[in-house]
Amino acid sequence: MAQTSHPPLTLRQKLTQLWEKIATNRRLLPILLVVGLALSFLIPEFNLVNPYVQLIMMYVGINIILTLSLNLINGYMGEFSVGHAGFMAVGAYISAVLTTQIFARDLNPWLFPLAVLAGGIGAALIGLIVAIPSFKTRGDYLAIVTLAFNMIVKSVIENIEAIGGPRGIPGIPRLTTLPWVFIWTVLAVWVIRNFIYSNHGRGVLSIREDEIASDLMSVNTRKSKLLAFTLSSFFAGIAGALFAHVLQFISPKVFDILKSTDILIMVYLGGIGSIGGSILGASIFTILLELLRPLGMWRMVLMPLVLVLLMLFRPRGIMGMREFRWFVPIDDLEATRRWRARKEAGDAAASS
Amino acid sequence: MPLLQAKSVTHYFGGLCAVSDFNLDLEKGELVGIIGPNGAGKTTVFNLITGVYKATRGSITMNGHELVGLKPNQVTALGIARTFQNIRLFKDLSVLDNVRIAHYSQVGYTAWESFFHIGRYRNEEARVAQNSLDLLAVFKLDAYADDLAKNLPYGLQRRLEIARALATKPSLLLLDEPAAGMNPNEIMLLMDFIRWIREEFDLTIILIEHQMRLVMGICERLKVLDFGATIAEGLPQEIQANPRVLEAYLGEQEVT
Repeated sequence: MAQTSHPPLTLRQKLTQLWEKIATNRRLLPILLVVGLALSFLIPEFNLVNPYVQLIMMYVGINIILTLSLNLINGYMGEFSVGHAGFMAVGAYISAVLTTQIFARDLNPWLFPLAVLAGGIGAALIGLIVAIPSFKTRGDYLAIVTLAFNMIVKSVIENIEAIGGPRGIPGIPRLTTLPWVFIWTVLAVWVIRNFIYSNHGRGVLSIREDEIASDLMSVNTRKSKLLAFTLSSFFAGIAGALFAHVLQFISPKVFDILKSTDILIMVYLGGIGSIGGSILGASIFTILLELLRPLGMWRMVLMPLVLVLLMLFRPRGIMGMREFRWFVPIDDLEATRRWRARKEAGDAAASS
Repeated sequence: MPLLQAKSVTHYFGGLCAVSDFNLDLEKGELVGIIGPNGAGKTTVFNLITGVYKATRGSITMNGHELVGLKPNQVTALGIARTFQNIRLFKDLSVLDNVRIAHYSQVGYTAWESFFHIGRYRNEEARVAQNSLDLLAVFKLDAYADDLAKNLPYGLQRRLEIARALATKPSLLLLDEPAAGMNPNEIMLLMDFIRWIREEFDLTIILIEHQMRLVMGICERLKVLDFGATIAEGLPQEIQANPRVLEAYLGEQEVT
């Protein structure tokens, strides 16, 4: 038999093949995680890259957590929350008060995870309190409610002298390290991914698609919304706590509506309803802003321009509503294929 | 005891009476049709039964449970499922996810188990995926399981909507104009299909429809609504001859 000769592969096909190989090889994922964790320890230890780049790496991680948590509301649930910096502020202030006023200074490195966790839990509780009344409204109205919430948080903090009022909290110890950022980022990605690929997460998705149909398909939409909002504010609080301990100085002004806008931009840049997109969006936005620093003022002209172009040509963002296979649980990814295999095996057994 | 009982259900939208004094005793296994001109209040009746609207007056009971005041998801969990006049699938989700979502109330694991994928998560998810795919196979939709619902052809979207409704394990199915946009040939197939799901899933069905061919062909009993009021009820052949029904559909007879 004559051998069929394959035409030489084009570069595009080669790249596609390579990508297929990477995307379907799930054993790579734990290896990457271990390597990443090791690097996060080694980089600061041996100063593999300069401290400025290390700082940017930490901001990338923190922004990934923020973007993911907002994507849960704006992307997966299809609501429009614009006050995310408010929850960040809650987490930042709670943790900063703990590390500067309550915990003993020399115990701080050990108690830091507790401070971060407390920031997250505090933000989650506030999130729950905000969610209960605001989810009686929808769409544009929720945007107004969350906008108001952002302003309320800012003015409340400005008026509490015990936490510095408008002057903020200076001299926060620099406790956020690269390993901590790495660990919290991986945890955020993992937990939010797990939530999305669960019964409750599917409830959240169905709310985005059609809330009335969702309700009529037995989904407890109220519970799903509260869960998503609480989880989202929890991670915003975690990110805020990490942020405060990198910046070492926080004031109400840091958490104004502009900060919320940054998070929104990262969500819509990376793509709504996508974990891979959130990671890409946060990384690209953070790094691009730094790379464009030499442009000075023009940077603030270029960035919005990028956004306008993005909305014109890819209105759903880079990865809108699509996902890297790595982030889909294997049981979910393979559900149909496994079922077919089992069915065929069953049919074969029945016919023999 | 009837499966579903509606007693003098009345509903107002502001000052407009959309449904007035609606009564229904539905026995298990019946197939009842609700017909009437556009705007007669047929879909409102479905919305009242399923809890989308809360009846202004009257009571609706399912197996003795009062439904008025319950939320739609609670009504669905009691065994009432419905389809929609305009297809309302979860368009940007896969066919499989559409059916899995309808299993929501049958899944028992907590939020914590979903955050960390621990405890009952694996077993329950495996069961839901298995049941969903089995159900899709019954409706010959399993080949499309991983496609987005919006990419299915119209006829299959209608079928998927019924499959999704049945995934909630209902004993009562409400079909809102299932034959909308179908040609006579497809309507004949749909009639067989409705008879078949009724047998296969042991269902009681209420059907809203404009297509007389379908209604007369399969309904055992009809109710006719006009401007929210029940103007006639009875066997299909009685309804066909009823002068009030003809009047509602064709206008008043002019006597000269």
